[in-house]
Amino acid sequence: MRITTALLTVACFAACGGGAKATADATNASFASYDAGAVPGGPGAKASYGLGHAAADSAIAAMNQDIGQDGVELPPGSGTVARGVVVYAAQCAQCHGAKGEGLPTFPKLVGRDSAGAPKPEFQFATTNKTKTIGNYWPHATTVFDYIKRAMPFAAPGSMSDDDVYAVTAYLLSANAIIPDTATLDAATLRAVRMPARDHFVPDNRKPTVTAK
Amino acid sequence: MTDLSRRDLLAGAAGFLGGAALAGLPLAADGQGAAAPAAAGAAPAPPAPRPVAPLDATKMPGAPTAALGARSEYFAPTRIPNGTPVGSSRTPLQDLTGTITPSDLHFERHHAGIPTLDPERHTLTIHGLVDRPMSFTVDDIKRFPQITRTYFIECSGNGGAGYRDPKPDTTPQPLAGLFSTSEWTGVPLATLFREVGVKPDASWFLAEGGDACKLARSIPIAKAWDDAMIVWAQNGEPLRPAQGYPMRLLLPGFEGNSNVKWLRRLELGTKPWMTRWETSKYTDPMPDGTARIFTFEIDAKSVITSPCYPNTIPSHGWRSVNGLAWSGRGRITRVEVSVDGGTTWHDAELLNTPQPKSTVRFQYMWNWQGTDATLLSRATDSAGYVQPTRTAMIAERGEYTDYHYNQIIGWKVDRSGAVTFHGET
Repeated sequence: MRITTALLTVACFAACGGGAKATADATNASFASYDAGAVPGGPGAKASYGLGHAAADSAIAAMNQDIGQDGVELPPGSGTVARGVVVYAAQCAQCHGAKGEGLPTFPKLVGRDSAGAPKPEFQFATTNKTKTIGNYWPHATTVFDYIKRAMPFAAPGSMSDDDVYAVTAYLLSANAIIPDTATLDAATLRAVRMPARDHFVPDNRKPTVTAK
Repeated sequence: MTDLSRRDLLAGAAGFLGGAALAGLPLAADGQGAAAPAAAGAAPAPPAPRPVAPLDATKMPGAPTAALGARSEYFAPTRIPNGTPVGSSRTPLQDLTGTITPSDLHFERHHAGIPTLDPERHTLTIHGLVDRPMSFTVDDIKRFPQITRTYFIECSGNGGAGYRDPKPDTTPQPLAGLFSTSEWTGVPLATLFREVGVKPDASWFLAEGGDACKLARSIPIAKAWDDAMIVWAQNGEPLRPAQGYPMRLLLPGFEGNSNVKWLRRLELGTKPWMTRWETSKYTDPMPDGTARIFTFEIDAKSVITSPCYPNTIPSHGWRSVNGLAWSGRGRITRVEVSVDGGTTWHDAELLNTPQPKSTVRFQYMWNWQGTDATLLSRATDSAGYVQPTRTAMIAERGEYTDYHYNQIIGWKVDRSGAVTFHGET
């Protein structure tokens, strides 16, 4: 009996070894050659299941309020820094502080190095400094997108586009990026160049090399 | 919004904000590393009263059957929540065995709280550079051929607590608990992209969640054709709300934040959108005055979860030193363990067959004879990458860099058997 079991085990290793390895290699493999239509019982290779329904333009527009890095989607409307001071105090200061200095649970928004600082302003790897819109964010369009998308925290999506422009203007002005007399609209916001704009590089890690 | 009045929402949020300010909660909005030291430094909670068992359980009938199972009264693992809607809670890796994370202990990380989404109303819309803009109900998604696979998800802020300022009284939970592994079920994203007909010039897509911040990340389209999935189940049941119910994006091996939960929309385009999460957060500053952007892959990593702080090894003799290893770039091919602080290394046993972008538990048998020891682990993946020391990582990336912390870490054992964290590798 013991011999039989051993023989069976050996036979199985011999017979199943390649198959088991093939199965292991297939696990978590790319779907590059996967064809959903060709699975057993399916409609056939490269065939559609015909599920889902056409999305109406109006339904897409209701959700799609993205402002990409070129700002081509920026809506009509405008806001001044002065108006932004008022809206910020009402909508933002509770969490981010009266001047954008942040609170323990919510991030600092405003802060630039003063002229003549000992290190370059964009130095976050060797210096324990806090990122702000002024010293770290590469695109002004992101400020508008994020405020419109997610702020204020307690009632996201409740601000008018004019007020989003105004708060964006205030935050850029407080970070010494635009003058406090500025008015932001789609064109002027697209023209803003952020101080950190050129500091971002594509992922250049070397996945086969370990730091020594 | 139809179920909750605006007044309810405002009242709830105001209550939260007031409470946060009064309690001086640890920094949550600005990343994981900052919140961890508070948890790490906290004294271990006093042990709960020990449940009473009969002296001889064979002399009386046991408990009846129940509608829901429960853990033994002698085992009560918990996450460490930071208690705010902009928050995280960490998996108690030190309490777990094998590789699968029980779903109620899967780590949480969300940026505007966990939404309540009705699966009969929730849809996924795919639009932009496609031939046929379409919406899919949850039921539609479940009707496609399904795929089940085991992958880890790791927040890219995981490990910050052991990097900048390693403290001896740190458990694996704050060190590495923004990491969990599940069996996920769903449909390949490529299947849906073929249904809608992706136009040839599409090179990126935006994934957007249906939570209060409409969290959005730009993803290179190659990932969709490779191994991305839309998943709706986790460990044999629908996703937990904190993991994205009723559906989420799963990008095997990519940093947690890009695996967008509560997924409601995919837009195909030609360049990244530069959302808040992929610019002001989840970018990695470097000493040369740059910051790496779109650092998606999780590098090879490992952590010994037994023994660990706050254990005291009770007696001399043999014991299993074991833990978890993973890589977002391929399969783990080797885990080595050192008991002398890295002077000599020994191959550990891999307790399950390593799969690409998934988790393996390793084990090394150690005969402790009451001497000082420093236990370390280091993983190698199928790309040939070996986990670096903390010293090497700081030299390359700086002490204050953010995200993707994968340095070698371990545990000191003193002559009394007391185990403390050792991060200075």
